[in-house]
Amino acid sequence: MIAESGHYALVLALALALIQSIVPIVGARWRDAALMNVARSTALAQLLFVAASFAALVTLHVTSDFSVANVFENSHSLKPLLYKITGVWGNHEGSMLLWVSILALFGGLVAAFGNNLPLSLRAHVLAVQAWVASAFYLFILITSNPFLRIANPPIEGRDLNPVLQDIGLAVHPPMLYLGYVGFSISFSFAVAALLEGRIDAAWARWVRPWTLMAWIFLTLGIAMGSYWAYYELGWGGWWFWDPVENASLMPWLAGTALLHSALVMEKRNALKVWTVLLSILTFSLSLLGTFLVRSGVLTSVHAFATDPTRGVFILLILFVFIGGSLSLYAWRAPALKQGGLFAPISREGALVLNNLLLTTACATVFIGTLYPLALEVLTGEKISVGAPFFNFTFAPLFVPLLLAVPFGPLLAWKRGDLLGAAQRLMVAGIVALVAIAVVFAWTYGGATLAPLAIGLAAFVIMGALCDLAERIALFRIPLSLSLRRARGLPRATWGTVFAHAGLGVALIGIVCETTWNSEYIGSMKPDDVAKVAGYELRLDGLNPRQGPNFREMVAQFTVTRDGEKVSVMTPSKRNFTTRGASTTEAALLTRGASQLYISLGDTSADGAIAVRIYHKPLVLMIWWGPVLMAFGGMLSLSDRRLRVGAPKPAKAAARALQAAE
Amino acid sequence: MTLWFVFALMTVAAIFAVLWPLSRRGRADSGGSEVVVYRDQLAEIDRDMASGIIGAAEADAARIEISRRLLAAADQSGRDAPVTGSITLRRAAAVVALVGLPVIASSFYLALGSPRLGDFPLAERSQVADANQPLTNLVAQVEAHLEKNPTDGRGWTVLAPVLSRLGRYDDAVRAYRNAITYAGDNADRRADLGEALMGSAGGVVTADAKAEFERSVALNGDDAKANYFLGLAAEQDGRKADAAALWQKMLAKAPSDAPWRPLVQAALVRVGGVSAPALPDGAVAAAKDMSEADRGTMIKGMVDRLATRLKTNGDDVEGWLRLVRAYLVMGERDKAISALADARQAVGNNADRLRQLNEGLKSLGLDG
Repeated sequence: MIAESGHYALVLALALALIQSIVPIVGARWRDAALMNVARSTALAQLLFVAASFAALVTLHVTSDFSVANVFENSHSLKPLLYKITGVWGNHEGSMLLWVSILALFGGLVAAFGNNLPLSLRAHVLAVQAWVASAFYLFILITSNPFLRIANPPIEGRDLNPVLQDIGLAVHPPMLYLGYVGFSISFSFAVAALLEGRIDAAWARWVRPWTLMAWIFLTLGIAMGSYWAYYELGWGGWWFWDPVENASLMPWLAGTALLHSALVMEKRNALKVWTVLLSILTFSLSLLGTFLVRSGVLTSVHAFATDPTRGVFILLILFVFIGGSLSLYAWRAPALKQGGLFAPISREGALVLNNLLLTTACATVFIGTLYPLALEVLTGEKISVGAPFFNFTFAPLFVPLLLAVPFGPLLAWKRGDLLGAAQRLMVAGIVALVAIAVVFAWTYGGATLAPLAIGLAAFVIMGALCDLAERIALFRIPLSLSLRRARGLPRATWGTVFAHAGLGVALIGIVCETTWNSEYIGSMKPDDVAKVAGYELRLDGLNPRQGPNFREMVAQFTVTRDGEKVSVMTPSKRNFTTRGASTTEAALLTRGASQLYISLGDTSADGAIAVRIYHKPLVLMIWWGPVLMAFGGMLSLSDRRLRVGAPKPAKAAARALQAAE
Repeated sequence: MTLWFVFALMTVAAIFAVLWPLSRRGRADSGGSEVVVYRDQLAEIDRDMASGIIGAAEADAARIEISRRLLAAADQSGRDAPVTGSITLRRAAAVVALVGLPVIASSFYLALGSPRLGDFPLAERSQVADANQPLTNLVAQVEAHLEKNPTDGRGWTVLAPVLSRLGRYDDAVRAYRNAITYAGDNADRRADLGEALMGSAGGVVTADAKAEFERSVALNGDDAKANYFLGLAAEQDGRKADAAALWQKMLAKAPSDAPWRPLVQAALVRVGGVSAPALPDGAVAAAKDMSEADRGTMIKGMVDRLATRLKTNGDDVEGWLRLVRAYLVMGERDKAISALADARQAVGNNADRLRQLNEGLKSLGLDG
C-alpha cells in the first residue's frame, strides 16, 4: 500500500501541476484574483503530494521492499541504514524524484512566503514553475518510474553501486540539486517578467535572495562533490574537467554572474534585461547539466541511465524550455523598460566586467564540454578535451577577473574613482609583491608561474581585507570606534569580504596542490618504508576484515617524521560481493591544511601491494575557499534589509553617463 | 479496499486545494506592490544615515533617486486595471478540478500502477520464510571462508550451485569459473557454468554460454545438460529442425530411466519434432478457462477414453502413437511403455501398420 500510495501521490502531483500551469495564467489574463490564487494552494498541495511520494520511496528502501523494481535494483537488505536512505537518490529514478521534490519545495516556498509579491507576478511565477514541474513529472512517470513493481519479489536486492556507498552521497546530490533547481526560481521570475512585459522593484527584490540561496547550495555541492571524488575515487585528484563536473560548473559560473548582476538590479534598477537573460541562461545550463548527466550521453559514474528514450525525452524538455524561453526573450525583452544610468568606471561598471569575464569563462567550458560530443555525433570521431584546453582558456579569463575583484567593492555606485580605489589597494599590492618575492626565493629554480599565482591570491585576500579596513576606517580612528563600525556594517558587506577572500584561499590551495604535490607510487611488502615529503611511511601489514555488506583488505601504515611517530593510517580496498565490485578507501592524514593521502592498488602474487602515496601541500584550502564563499553568501542572505545603492553626489564636472543597456 | 479509500481521500484533498481559493472572495489588494518596496527603501536610507553607514550627501542622492522611481511606480499602478472576478471562469476552473483532476490521475495511475500488489517489506517476508535465513547465513560463511582461501576448489564447487539457485547468477558464474580453475575441468562443471551464464542473461543462451556448452560436449559428448541447452540455443536461434534432431539423438542414446527424459520430450513436442496430442476444438476452448488441476483432470479423462477405445479397436496406429505421446508428455513413462507393448500386440499381424508404428515411435525417441 505504501508503494501504490506513493505512486498515486506522484500522479496527483502531476495533475495538480497541470492545473497550476493553466488556471493562474488564465486568471492573470482576466485579472481574476481567485483564479490567480489557485497557483498558491496548488503549489502547496503539490509539495505535499511530492513529499509524500518521496517519503514513500524512502520507506520502501528502508524496509527493503524488493517488490519495487527500483529498490530491488539499488538496495540490499544488509546495507547500513544510512545508505538505504541515501540509496534512494543514488539511482536514476530516485534522483529524478528528488529533483522534482526540490522543485516542488521551491514552488511551495514562493507560495508560502510570497505575500509581498504582486498578485499577478506570483501567479505567473508559479505557473512557469508548474510548467517545468509537469514536464519532469511526465518524464518520471513515463520513462523512469521509481514505483514500478515486480509481481514475484526476489529475496535479495542487487545492492547500490559501491562507489556511492559513502557519506558523500548523503550530502552531494541534495546540495547540488538544491542549487540546480534553485535557479528555477530566477528562471520562473524571468519568464514571468517577460510574460507580464514589465519588471518592477518587487521582482528585483525577490530574485537576488533566491539566486543567492541557489548559488550557496551549488557552491557547497560542487565543493563537496570535488572532495568526495578526491577521497573516494582514489586518484588523488580533485577536479578532472570531466563533462559531469563541467555540467555543474557552467550553472555556477552563470549563477555567479547572475548574482552580481541581480545586485546591480536590486540596488540600482539597472541591467534589467541582462539579468533576465542571465536568469534564463543559468537555469538552461542547469537543465543542460541534468540532460548530460541523466540521459546517459556521458558514460561515467554519474550516468546511471543508458536508456535512449530517456535521453530523447530530456532533450525534448531542454528544447522546449530553452528554446521557448529564449524566443520569448527575443520577442518581449525590447518591451521591458530600461534601467538607471552609470559611468563605465563605477561599481556597476565593475560588475559588468565581472559578468563579461564570467560568461566568457562559462562559454569556454560550454565549448570544451559540448564540442567533443557534437563532433562525435556528426563525424563519429572521438576526441577528448581535457585539462590542457581548460588551463589555456579558463585561466587567462580568471586572472583578469581575480585582478579586478578587489577593485569592485571599493568603487562607488554610479560613478567611481579608479585612482582612489587603486590607492586604497596599495597595501594589498605591496603584500602581493612581498608574497611573490618570498615564494620565488623559497622555491628558487622551481615553477615560475606559481609564485605569481600565489601573489595574485594574496592580492585578492588582502584586497577583501582592505575593503573592510576602509569601511571601518581602521587605524584612522580609534580602534574601539572602528570595532563599533565593524559591528554596524551590513552583513552583506561582511559577506562580500568572506566570499572574495574565499576565492583567494581556494586559489592558494589549487596552486600549491598542483605545483608542489609530491608522490610515491610503487609496490610495497610488509615492513617496507616509503619516503614522501619528509614523512616516512612503514607498511605494518595487511589484514582482512568483514564489513556489513563487503569485505575489505586493510593496510596499516605507521607514519613517522624525523623519527617521531605521527600517526597510523589505514587505507583499504573493499570488495562488494553482490555487485562483484571493489572500491578503494583512501586514508587521509591532515596536517594543518596539508594532507598525506594513501590509496591501495592491486595485490601481486608475492604478497606485495601497489601503493600510491601523495603529499598534498595546503590541499584543504581548495575546499575552505568555497566554504568561505558559501559562508559569505549566507551572511549576505541573512541580511534582511532592503538594498539601495547610494551614489556619491555628482561633482561639478559630472562625467558623461551612459545607458545601462 | 483500504487502498482505494486512501486514493479517494488523496484525490479529495487535491481537489480541495484547487476549490478552496475559488470559493474565497478575491481581496481587492493582496500582495505587495512596487510602491511598498520603494517606501521601505526610503525608510531604510533614514536608518542607514542614523547609524552612520552612509553620509548625508549620499543619503540625499539616494532619496532623490528612489523618490523618482516611486513617483513613476505610483503613476503606473494608478493605470492598472482593477482586480475583478468572473463567476463563469471560476465555475470553469471548478469543473476542471472536479472532473479533470480525477480523470488525469486515474488514467495515469491505472496505466502505470499495480493496485493489486500489496507491500512486501523484507522483515515480514523473512518471518514467513524463516528457512531462508540460515541458508543465506551459510552462504555468507562459505563466501567468507573462500575469500581467505580462494584456491579451495571443493568450496567453490559446493557454493556455485547454491548461488545459482538463489538467483545470484553473476556470483555463480564466478564460483563455477573458480571451481573449474581449482578443482579441475569437467563436462558437468562447464555445463553448469553455461547454465549460470544463461541465468545472468535472463534465460537466453548467449554466445558465452553456448561456448561453455560446446566445451562440455567436447569433454563428454553425452553430457545431457550441455546437449539439452545446445538444443535450446538452436531453438532460440530459430533452427527448430536442428534442435529437434539434437534432442532426438539425445533420447535415442539415453538410458530409458534418465530423469530428464520427460523434459526433453516436452521440448521436442514444443519445437514440433513431434506434434502434440490433438484435442477436439471444443476441448481446447474449454481447457483455456480451467484451472491447472481441472485441466489436468480433463486431459487425463481424454487420454483414458482414447486408451479404452484403442483396447476395443486396435487397428488405429495414429491413435496408438497419440496415446504414447500423451503419456510421455504427462510424464507417465511406465504407462507409455505398456501402451507401446499393447500397440505392438494389436497391430502385430499387419506388417505395414507395424512399420508405421515403429517409425512413429522412433520420432518420439522411443526405440522400436
